[in-house]
Amino acid sequence: MTFFSSVRKILQQNIREYGMYIALFVIMIIFTITTNGTFISSRNIVNLVNQTGYIAVLAIGMTLVIIIRHIDLSVGFLAGFLGAIAAIAMADPKVVQAGMSLPIYIVIPMTLGLGILAGLITAFLVAQMKIPSFVASLAGWLIYRGAILVVTESTGTIIINDDAFNAIGNGFIPDIPDIGILPGIHKLTLILGIVAIVAMILGELNDRKKKLEYNFEVLPTEIFILKIVFTSSIIGGITWVLAGYQGLSWTAVIVLVVTLIYNFIMAQTVLGRHIYAIGGNPDAAELSGISVKKLIYVVFGSMGMLSALSGILFASRLQSATTTAGNLFELDAIAAAYVGGVSAAGGVGKVVGSIIGALVMTSLTSGMNLMGIGISYQYLVRGAVLAAAVIFDVATRNTGK
Amino acid sequence: MNPPILEMKNISKEFPGVKALSNVSFTVATGEIHCLVGENGAGKSTLMKVLSGVYPHGTYTGNILLNGEVQDFRNINDSEKAGISIIYQELALIPEMTVYENIFLGHEIKSGFRVNWNETIKEAGGMLQKVKLDINPAAKVKDLGIGKQQLVEIAKALSKDVKLLILDEPTSSLNEQDSQNLLQLLRDLKDHGVTCIMISHKLKEVIAIADSVTVLRDGQTISTLHAQNGKIDESTLIKHMVGREINNIYPPKKHIPSQDVVLEVKNWNARSSALGRDILKDINFTLKKGEIVGLAGLIGSGRTELALSIFGNPGEYQIRGELYINGNGVNLNHPQDAIRAGIAYVSEDRKGNGLILIQDVKQNISLANLRELAERGVVNSNAEIKVANRYKTELNIKTPTVEQKVSNLSGGNQQKVCLGKWLFVKPNILILDEPTRGIDVGAKFEIYTIMTDLVQQGMSIIMISSELPEILGMSDRIYIVASGKIAGELPAHEASQEKIMQLATN
Repeated sequence: MTFFSSVRKILQQNIREYGMYIALFVIMIIFTITTNGTFISSRNIVNLVNQTGYIAVLAIGMTLVIIIRHIDLSVGFLAGFLGAIAAIAMADPKVVQAGMSLPIYIVIPMTLGLGILAGLITAFLVAQMKIPSFVASLAGWLIYRGAILVVTESTGTIIINDDAFNAIGNGFIPDIPDIGILPGIHKLTLILGIVAIVAMILGELNDRKKKLEYNFEVLPTEIFILKIVFTSSIIGGITWVLAGYQGLSWTAVIVLVVTLIYNFIMAQTVLGRHIYAIGGNPDAAELSGISVKKLIYVVFGSMGMLSALSGILFASRLQSATTTAGNLFELDAIAAAYVGGVSAAGGVGKVVGSIIGALVMTSLTSGMNLMGIGISYQYLVRGAVLAAAVIFDVATRNTGK
Repeated sequence: MNPPILEMKNISKEFPGVKALSNVSFTVATGEIHCLVGENGAGKSTLMKVLSGVYPHGTYTGNILLNGEVQDFRNINDSEKAGISIIYQELALIPEMTVYENIFLGHEIKSGFRVNWNETIKEAGGMLQKVKLDINPAAKVKDLGIGKQQLVEIAKALSKDVKLLILDEPTSSLNEQDSQNLLQLLRDLKDHGVTCIMISHKLKEVIAIADSVTVLRDGQTISTLHAQNGKIDESTLIKHMVGREINNIYPPKKHIPSQDVVLEVKNWNARSSALGRDILKDINFTLKKGEIVGLAGLIGSGRTELALSIFGNPGEYQIRGELYINGNGVNLNHPQDAIRAGIAYVSEDRKGNGLILIQDVKQNISLANLRELAERGVVNSNAEIKVANRYKTELNIKTPTVEQKVSNLSGGNQQKVCLGKWLFVKPNILILDEPTRGIDVGAKFEIYTIMTDLVQQGMSIIMISSELPEILGMSDRIYIVASGKIAGELPAHEASQEKIMQLATN
């Protein structure tokens, strides 16, 4: 009895946080049933993750931007433009002919660097010139859209032939040599999954131990074990599904790494706490010795870098740079962030939430595609889900105290 | 006594886990000024929200009778139709709109579908005359001082044909002169048949103006006193409010300031390019170790601007002048520099720029000095909780845990969180801007005690305050600021309210 009541209490207290996970779970079950299991097949899940990748990294950056009460509309076409730049540097026929084409290990850092630069320009307009970010980034939206057309004017779509580059959006991590057990299973993925579970359990135990050293309240033992078992089985389940196909894709690896880094920064570091403080009350933050200007540069700079990463992921996935690359990415990223529980009023939101939000939105697209639902109805459904998610968020926020 | 205009009978109101009002009865006679006093959290605001329909009928128990008729307000519109108007501490005017637009906002004068602006402007002029405010109705509200804005709020209430006017802490952000004007206006309105309920922490004003005073404590009515039965005195009110007698409003002085000057400001000038004028002119002052210096003056005289210009100048004024800390000339270009130089500034505006309301107690306390709790940029959240708990105990912050959001705390406890935050940066110089604004008597005394303890430990304090008794009761030395200049300096033992006011209004 006490066990169930404490489970209920913890669920009630954290309903906002768990809401999205439950929503994602429900959506996945519905599509699994309506598609007779095709949705949950390894192949589709891998596709789903790879399709989410370039929106997910944008959603992470956008989370930070919205937390500090700003917005960046330029990221979609910036991603498209930088993808085109990367493609030109590697594979534009004229560049190749002139023997000027650059290798991938130069192109990627260069593109990321250009992304940071673009973000800093937006930040300059916002922090120094005091232009509202909506307007500053809308100008960027127009400029980068024009810029894509300019650089692809002569060639149109640029086909990329670099295998290493194309693997980013389509390839999988290599497997360890076959040792005869578990045929057809991607063993390195399995090992990584086990490592992740062990690391998670050790981390949780360590955290608990430290809390106990300080005599702080911790979860009751049964709940703690339940939480560990639950999280482990989710990681285990996903690992098993992925290992059953071709293992972890490079896109998944990249998104995971970016998520872990950003989640760590936001949850554990001084930088992250200062970003939340600025979003909560910029005046109070400034008076507390935090330079709001400096952090606007940091947040928009990171947004620019992630836009570049998004552009690379997308160009790699299509194995080409197109004139329409990046169209509406910014709105998908913003939607993902809001579905993931970021507050438009600022100061509230989690990176992991936005990733879940991005997964929810892509799952809807993927599931409805499998069901053969037309694009027009897909937009209707996604719009309704976005509204419902934000309504849920607002409603639970007001009562959740 | 006149028949009652308002009777609230056995009002009880519960929030999850808290009984905010229990069996409160409150009767107001027609045509009187009735003050409602009590510590923060005593239930005054809740009672007024019940009355004005913010908490609709059915969410509380008990009856509201207006002129003998039972009322069941579903929302504010209903109570306004019945002639009840409430003016909150935080004014509800729209700064970018003109005075006349604000006055008739929500009940515009129309001819057909269009707003009749000519009639609106004419009517607004009449309302402004009633509140004795001589301004152009077409002025924008943002260009008015806070005292005038308050009067515009009252004009707005009058335009709705108010019978019962409720004012929540109307003078808390007004200077002495504006406060007196406001109180006089309330007396005039009374003569014109407007009944008035005023919530206030300023007991002197209450005594000066009230026909009756009702004291609430812990959600219950403690007493109602009538001026006609003999003068209402302050100590009785305080006794009823806190349930104990407070003999000393100010703790005894134990400290003796040393002669070492920790802060010196020389020929200090500041110009605001946003306002296009000089806001500080040739300021010179000193602060000694272990000293409490009071900065008195009217609101708008430049006290806060002076403090901020020293505290790293976040307002980005153009500054000329010299600043010395412990005899060394310094240049502070950001609050961060000021904090490193050992200065802390506790803002006058807790909610506006003091606290992050959506964050919890521990995050607010650690904010200005997070680096001390971090190793290589990673915050030790356990150490953070420990620090927060330490200040919770030391400052007696009343909160169930340090993980409570500060928006859920009372004003006095929010102020203590602010103090805790700034004490955690371990400053040598603490600037307190209106440290006791809007907080109750008990919490005030606690803040004063903390201040005397701090100076005894060698900290130096600059206290900005609009409450003259507080300036007189706490300061060792007093500077009077007027129109951006230091208008005078007085040792505490030579100062009096009259002398200060004379210098401040010069």
